[in-house]
Amino acid sequence: MLEKTGIPTSDEIEEVSPSKKRLKSGPVAIAECFRQIPCDPCYHSCTAGAFAKFGDINNKPNIDHDKCTGCGVCISNCPGLAIFVVDYNYTEKKGLVKIPYEYLPLPKEGDEVVGLDRQGKEVCKATVEKVEDGENKDKTFVIWLLVPKDKVMDVRNMKVGE
Amino acid sequence: MMIYADVLVIGGGPAGLSSAITTAEKGAEVVLVERDDTLGGQLVKQTHMFFGSKNEFAGSRGINIAENLRKKVNENDNIKVFLNSTAQGYYDDGIVGISHHERFKKIKAKKVIVATGASEKMLPFPNNDLPGVYGAGAVQTLMNVYGIVPGENVLMIGAGNIGLIVSYQLLQAGVNLVGIVEADSEIGGYLVHASKIRRAGVPIYTEHTIQEAKGKSNVEKAVICELNDNWEEIPGTEKELEVDTICLAVGLKPISDILIQADCEMAYAPQLGGDVAVRDENLQTTIEEIYVAGDSAGIEEATAAMLEGELAGLSALMDLGISKKISKKQRRKTKENLASLRRGPVGRKIREGLKITKEGNDAGKNRYTHIR
Repeated sequence: MLEKTGIPTSDEIEEVSPSKKRLKSGPVAIAECFRQIPCDPCYHSCTAGAFAKFGDINNKPNIDHDKCTGCGVCISNCPGLAIFVVDYNYTEKKGLVKIPYEYLPLPKEGDEVVGLDRQGKEVCKATVEKVEDGENKDKTFVIWLLVPKDKVMDVRNMKVGE
Repeated sequence: MMIYADVLVIGGGPAGLSSAITTAEKGAEVVLVERDDTLGGQLVKQTHMFFGSKNEFAGSRGINIAENLRKKVNENDNIKVFLNSTAQGYYDDGIVGISHHERFKKIKAKKVIVATGASEKMLPFPNNDLPGVYGAGAVQTLMNVYGIVPGENVLMIGAGNIGLIVSYQLLQAGVNLVGIVEADSEIGGYLVHASKIRRAGVPIYTEHTIQEAKGKSNVEKAVICELNDNWEEIPGTEKELEVDTICLAVGLKPISDILIQADCEMAYAPQLGGDVAVRDENLQTTIEEIYVAGDSAGIEEATAAMLEGELAGLSALMDLGISKKISKKQRRKTKENLASLRRGPVGRKIREGLKITKEGNDAGKNRYTHIR
């Protein structure tokens, strides 16, 4: 499926996801990097020691979700833009998804946008909670999206609403 | 007038720049010849972040890597750069002729590193000569160097890394990308690139091909269809897409002309994109003075090209007897870095191709006899 369409299967997502318990206990990074490629900046960017050391540069990232603080420094360091941070209990009513973003125009904080899933389908409305400046991060911006809690594992992109 | 040098580097892309820097930093007198009016090769249009290891600029964007290398070259007094210059031929006495501002100049170097890069492959289909049919490299140049979008509605042909990367750049430029067509049953490029494009809503049509382009004076439509397991078109599966631009990213082939003309032994390695020079593990060809590096040695990506450039440079230094001990040590490390880059599943094709370049094959031996 992934090889044919670019869309990972639910099993593949499950495999890299933190436990339900961890998901609910604070922000956590998820590396949706499913195939071996020679690449390791995520490991080098992590200050919490959550990424396992790459014995072979072709290894897939392996996050210890208990060590991960969900700081999100890895998001803009991933050349594949494949790392996201989710925070299920960000507020009482809403969850949070942090996504890497390299498109213009940039949304502004407070904007209502449309959350898109892994195939670019609209899944829900989202509110831009924060726009992390990309200028000091080699131009990869990180957008914080407030989404319904049950959509934190679905929203992986956004578009500025019409 | 004859220009003398220890090392002549032909090509100012990632491989050539690395060769020039590596050799000049150790004190060699270097001449660097580049066809274009700027140094950097394909790096100057790579706006995405590179993969690879932290030591080799991973996470940096190609454009910034180019800037960094260019700066090193410009700051080094041992490197003499000839821009707008094309190497014309390698002659028996080891002299390379270049055209420079419509003048013929002769360079006599003790060692020559060929880093001439690659050219794009073409795809035959009806009306592929209509305006609006572009190579992916041209689209990248238009957009990322000159700031011009190629069209409004684009169809990409090819889901290798170049097809995927240029697709992403089209989306970033605000162009409507109608889809990506790939004849193979699987996406060839890195799947993280594919996922990035897919979550922007762009369909990837694997096991599809372009049947024809339609239009009077420029592309107005593209007809795509499904392919069966034998890569034959399946009648009745045709789909017409409204596009004004068709972008071809169907592979690269090494630019080997000067190697062939110099009479280096060649081998046909389809895994590396075509005819490449037979060479040893230090990138020395069958002509002692000539080394190869980068895409002209086999299609790979820029990180490998930079490492190969370094490797060829270090080999040339050792053979020249410059900083022999340090070069040897450094070379061992460079080789190890290259090997680790190629060790994974995406390096499988490269590894197979490299086997052929070490052993040679008959196809390569016999192909160019008519030239001699």
